[in-house]
Amino acid sequence: MHLKYESQLREPLVYGTKTYHDVTEDIVRPIEAKPSKLWYIGFYIAVALLLFGVYALYRDVTYGIGQWNLNKTIGWGWDITNFVWWVGIGHAGTLISAILLLFRQGWRTGVNRAAEAMTIFAVMCAGQFPIWHMGRVWMAFFVLPYANTRGPLWVNFNSPLLWDVFAISTYFTVSLLFWYSGLLPDLATVRDRAKTKLRKHLYGIASFGWTGSTKHWQRHESLSLVLAGLSTPLVLSVHTIVSFDFATSVVPGWHTTIFPPYFVAGAIFSGFAMVQTLMVIIRKVFGMEDYITMGHIEAMNKVIVLTGSIVGVAYLTELFMGWYSQNKYEGYTFWYSRANLFSPYGWSYWGMMACNVLSPQIFWFRKMRRNLFVTFFMSVIVNIGMWFERFVIIVTSLYRDYLPSAWSVYYSPTIWEIGFYTGTFGLFFTCFFLFAKYFPVIAIAEIKYVLKTTGESYKDKMGHLEHVPAEVFAHSGHGHTVVENESTN
Amino acid sequence: MAKKKFVVGCFNDEAVLFPAVKKVRTAGYKIHDVYTPFAVHGLDHALGLRETSLHTAGFIYGITGTSTALGCISWILTYDWPLNIGGKPHFALPAWIPITFELTVLFAAVGMVLTFCYLCQLSPFIKKHHFHARATDDLFVMVIETTDKTNVDDLTSFLSNAGAVETDVQIAEAGWWLGRYDKDEVPFQNKIVAA
Repeated sequence: MHLKYESQLREPLVYGTKTYHDVTEDIVRPIEAKPSKLWYIGFYIAVALLLFGVYALYRDVTYGIGQWNLNKTIGWGWDITNFVWWVGIGHAGTLISAILLLFRQGWRTGVNRAAEAMTIFAVMCAGQFPIWHMGRVWMAFFVLPYANTRGPLWVNFNSPLLWDVFAISTYFTVSLLFWYSGLLPDLATVRDRAKTKLRKHLYGIASFGWTGSTKHWQRHESLSLVLAGLSTPLVLSVHTIVSFDFATSVVPGWHTTIFPPYFVAGAIFSGFAMVQTLMVIIRKVFGMEDYITMGHIEAMNKVIVLTGSIVGVAYLTELFMGWYSQNKYEGYTFWYSRANLFSPYGWSYWGMMACNVLSPQIFWFRKMRRNLFVTFFMSVIVNIGMWFERFVIIVTSLYRDYLPSAWSVYYSPTIWEIGFYTGTFGLFFTCFFLFAKYFPVIAIAEIKYVLKTTGESYKDKMGHLEHVPAEVFAHSGHGHTVVENESTN
Repeated sequence: MAKKKFVVGCFNDEAVLFPAVKKVRTAGYKIHDVYTPFAVHGLDHALGLRETSLHTAGFIYGITGTSTALGCISWILTYDWPLNIGGKPHFALPAWIPITFELTVLFAAVGMVLTFCYLCQLSPFIKKHHFHARATDDLFVMVIETTDKTNVDDLTSFLSNAGAVETDVQIAEAGWWLGRYDKDEVPFQNKIVAA
């Protein structure tokens, strides 16, 4: 049984008069057409950034990470800031596909595929930072627990940094599996429409020989549901563990119990902002306005204002605790190193406050939530703000902690640190451009699944049911599909 | 592997498909499968398929992950190479929860996806017979297996009457890569429900 009727009060999720075939046509069109000039320009810029990042890393390996401006006091700088930033961005994809699936939020179908892809690419970018930050990157496999030739000297399972290794790699694997298992039916759709032999062959390989058998769909549904159930605590655990990297230390500014929920809210916040950035572009470039509707954009903006406000409460709580604890080191970190605009890094704290807490409040207004330009602008602002947040947490806590003799001079990144960061942008967008060209950016099968309940034309046809008395409505089978002949095995 | 003859009926609306499934099954025909472009809820029940046990497999993989993590970590940190970390206990269960949780999820997810691929016989480079190219686009393709006694023409017109927009007869190897089809194991229990 599934819901067959949806209230007219709810906005349609698919606009226009569409049949199943139209849905296929609309979503597969960008894959079958030649890429536009804009695509090439974007792709080449992304590849250029990626290549610069590769060169920066080549230098890192050759000369060591001494070419970064890290020092003994500020041992984590841009690298870990960027790591946490990318991981945070990665959270929205899983949130949309898993948590919203469990909550039966129909609007996820329009955006989940691209958001999941974004997750995977963002986690790929995030993973680069701890790996190359190791310096002797050829020793990276030392983080794996295996019976090695050093004793065997095992890794320290009590260390949050090792938890992170497990968390991030599990997160990447599970997201990839979730994304790809969802892609199989859609890749099969592309395969069965293919005009050339090569295309048919390649999509045939990629779609694993999917046929659409009822039994396979039944298992597929079960798989998606369980994977969603697993991913939901997983996504919360990942950023919790990332926050443990800080919270289990004794550094003032890091040693706080509020970190796990605060980090998770921040991750959702920045992730949704990145989804908005990409969605606003995708719907425009691919003409997918019927599928990624203003309703979708508005729903995500609501999440942004909610999580932005949660993050704001967390900032204020930290400030309060900095005073209330009467711990002078904490007080110094929160009230001098951060909240004082005229301290060396005060600009980053207030940049964070302005971008993350103040500006998203604009989304309390429906007009703003449904304004594409404001949405796009704000999505970029939020991600800048969330970058500031990680920078604030890491650098302002480290640069002046306990002994003034250990205090650091002002830290600013070298071109190679910046190059590494822009390189991950290159990686992210290279992957995303390829994804947008060769994969269905919207989950075709899932749109078809909701089409007849939430499609505009279908909703219109059911409008008269609003006036049917409740008693009649409930018993006439409008609410649910009545499955006849249900066997009970 | 043996080839069989199938009668294919294509429907373009799930509202027509459901009564048709009922009619076909009541008439005593053996539905090989229905290929649909998306998950049509309730169709599995209408076809008399049993519930999948994939989630049970997932649970078993999950607890395998839990016990692997707990077993390995406790063996390593208390027996194989006890590390003195600030004088803290060797058996530090709370500190192992994150990794235990991650491995539970990892084992369950990987195990389930592999099981799913195995059960559905999905893999790169696999060649399957596709009864209709639009089964992944907009058609609900009902495939009925025939026997020597089946009157194909009757069945074809029966399907048309039931609302099929397109009918077809195909001789196909609908078998699976491990040849289970040859042993006449159909992928679902084809119980005929009395009308």
